[in-house]
Amino acid sequence: MTFSPELEAKFADLVTHYPEGRQRAALIPMLMFGQEEVGSITPEFMEEVAKRLGLNTMQVDEVVGYYSMLHKKGMGKYHVQVCTNVACMLRGGAELYDHACHKLGLGHKEVSADGVISLEEVECMGACSWAPAIQVNYDFHHEVTTEQLDTILEGLKK
Amino acid sequence: MALVNVTINGVQVQAENGALLIEVAKQNGIEIPAFCYYEGMSLQAACRMCLVEVEKAPKLMAGCTLPVAEGMVVRTESEPVVKARKTTLEFLLSNHPLDCPVCDKGGECELQDMTFKYGVGESRFTEIKQHVPEKQWSPVVFYDAPRCILCYRCVRVCNEGMGVGALGVSYRGVNAEIIPSNGDHLECDECGSCIDICPVGSLTSGIYRYKTRPWEMEHVGTVCTHCSNGCKTTLGVRNNEIVRGNNRDKSGINGEFLCVKGRYAFDFTQHPERLQTPLIRNAAGELEEASWSRALKLVAEKFKALAGPDFGVIGSTRTTNEENYLLQKFARTALGTASIDHHRTGDVVTLIDSLSGKTGQLATAEDLYTSKAVLVVASDLSQQQPLLANKIRANVRHHKAAVYTVTPGPVREDKIARKAIRIAEADSLAGVEQLREALSKEAELVIIYGDAIQGEKVRQLVAFGESLGIPVKYVALVDYANSRGALDMGLLPDLGPGYHATAPGRSLQQMLDDPKLAALWVVGSNPLKGGKSLASTNAFVVVQDLFLTETAQRADVVLPAASAYEKNGTVTNVCGQVQRLKKGIETVGSKADLAIIGLLARGMGVNLGKVDADAIFAEIAASVPGYNQLPMPVILTGGAVQTHPVNGGVPPSSVPGIIASARDTLFTTGSLTRYSKILNEVLEKPGALYS
Repeated sequence: MTFSPELEAKFADLVTHYPEGRQRAALIPMLMFGQEEVGSITPEFMEEVAKRLGLNTMQVDEVVGYYSMLHKKGMGKYHVQVCTNVACMLRGGAELYDHACHKLGLGHKEVSADGVISLEEVECMGACSWAPAIQVNYDFHHEVTTEQLDTILEGLKK
Repeated sequence: MALVNVTINGVQVQAENGALLIEVAKQNGIEIPAFCYYEGMSLQAACRMCLVEVEKAPKLMAGCTLPVAEGMVVRTESEPVVKARKTTLEFLLSNHPLDCPVCDKGGECELQDMTFKYGVGESRFTEIKQHVPEKQWSPVVFYDAPRCILCYRCVRVCNEGMGVGALGVSYRGVNAEIIPSNGDHLECDECGSCIDICPVGSLTSGIYRYKTRPWEMEHVGTVCTHCSNGCKTTLGVRNNEIVRGNNRDKSGINGEFLCVKGRYAFDFTQHPERLQTPLIRNAAGELEEASWSRALKLVAEKFKALAGPDFGVIGSTRTTNEENYLLQKFARTALGTASIDHHRTGDVVTLIDSLSGKTGQLATAEDLYTSKAVLVVASDLSQQQPLLANKIRANVRHHKAAVYTVTPGPVREDKIARKAIRIAEADSLAGVEQLREALSKEAELVIIYGDAIQGEKVRQLVAFGESLGIPVKYVALVDYANSRGALDMGLLPDLGPGYHATAPGRSLQQMLDDPKLAALWVVGSNPLKGGKSLASTNAFVVVQDLFLTETAQRADVVLPAASAYEKNGTVTNVCGQVQRLKKGIETVGSKADLAIIGLLARGMGVNLGKVDADAIFAEIAASVPGYNQLPMPVILTGGAVQTHPVNGGVPPSSVPGIIASARDTLFTTGSLTRYSKILNEVLEKPGALYS
């Protein structure tokens, strides 16, 4: 499996961040960066990462299942993540998520038919001070109301 | 090792410094309950069941990972401990379906037992249990996630015990579950160790599930009849049917290890094509069912008329020592022939001769676990000799043994090997030579070799071993359950029991090729497999077998034989270890080969003495060198004892024979396993085999 030169450079750099013999520590960042380029965590991708870090594919598979931000199937171009953890829930996160579900006609980790938008109910993103928070790809939106959510979602469809 | 004083429940005991508390307690008769702790596997500390109170420790400690130290004071039954156990069990049961009445494990479930002994009767959890449908991962492995308590035993036995690593734990919290290697199915050895080791009914066996309750079975400890490793297996028998094979009591040379064949491939005994009545070729040239009395009478008459040097006898690699011994005795005395042979799969004969005048140089299965170094020559051990491979893996895990491989292709042992040499089988010895320096630095060595090393090459290999200047032991690999016993009992054209030279006769191939052969008696063998034919078209052929094999189809009389699971006797494994077979079931219409030989002798008016397994074994013990000093109590109680073949005095064979391993792998099938429905299902499963 081949990656872009940029990703290769990133991988090469990543493994130098950890002490000798602990290169497996680079697993999660490699999966995160790789997922962006590959689109999802495919079996071939897992195999390749396992090979590079001297793990067996099963060990990679275990990690992929554990972390909810690693996806075995591709998500949409815009991945909308709504937090329903304690702080956000208290400030209307759950209602926000329900609203998004109805608005998009999607459920947890589902992708719209055109592949543009996907939805995920996530745990704490560390934005509790500005709850309820949502994240679209890597962009945060704070103290989101249902009206604001509508506007954000409309914006994505264009 | 320094001893330390530890107080457990007020009793002062001594223990090795650094030993695990759970083990120290066990040795002193105190049970610290645990799910995830498993002797021989790496530590997990996942289940929290083994929490104990240690003085001066701020909170309860996990006994499974706690090394003992001087002055440690431990309480395993104090109030906080008892309370913690109850809470742990309450947690473990919080999502457990409690479907014990329909669970295979019910009655022998560790979670049941622990709840019975340590649990509380009620739960504070009122939440709805999370249900996930059961999954089938292979024809033999099913996984029921809700029952799983995530002890990681299956993951570790697959990784460490088998060296496969086909199982993992993924997802988290209440969703956490075991995942198989290939998304939704397993690609592995299909050994079923994960099922066996599961403390609950989460992993269940395709062949056993929903068949019986554990307490409704009889448990018969016998020896697996498939390969030469001689694993002890405990057959679960119900209504004269084998429903399960495992070895949970860890008795025998294999402990609890069994491969796919041992664990599942006993179902050949129930195959619909199993012969249950004798067959006689009629005037029209077709095999026709006949009564035992008619068939035996006919065969006895024919044998009497045709006895002489042109009578050929081909013995089996699966029949017992007693049967092999009696067969050659009957052939050499009553039938007056020297043409006796069997399908030879490894050169043991030359090894024994090469070790002339030396003793204690034949390795046992246990030696592979204890030896500081092991050299594997020209064999894919994990595929062909699963127990031996398992012993070596355990040796590396527990004792950091040095493993060296010299093989034509990649083998699983490469991963644990200090050095792996890739070389054509024909050049194996050159590969071995490359390891001279490394090997001579080892403290001791066991050399295991496959069928590529035979004749002169065995002598060269032994010469190499002896030149290293360290203690070396050897294993000549053979294929089948009693391949070694067939050799020891003298099913050879030039050697009698105990490798004593006899007047030479025809080898197996020579019998097939000889147009003058008057009669051929084949006991539990299939020499015509693969389209071979018999040169002597007029020979009277008698075949004793379980199925209508290629050879049986050519026979004039076919006598239905009993399988190894249907008789008593002894077998000798690849390392020369004698073990006892115990009759588990009976198949109507078949007879044990020993009984058949006895009845034929009686029909011919030949007196062979008392024909029963114990009497013949006594005769073997009295007359066959190597079998004369075996401690019977060990054998009778299901143990294994190594024979001491007399080294030396085995003349080079004047009869050209063929030694060829069938190279059966874990799944490819010998003559018995091709009648195993479950093994064929495993084989037909899509996906490459694990290598």
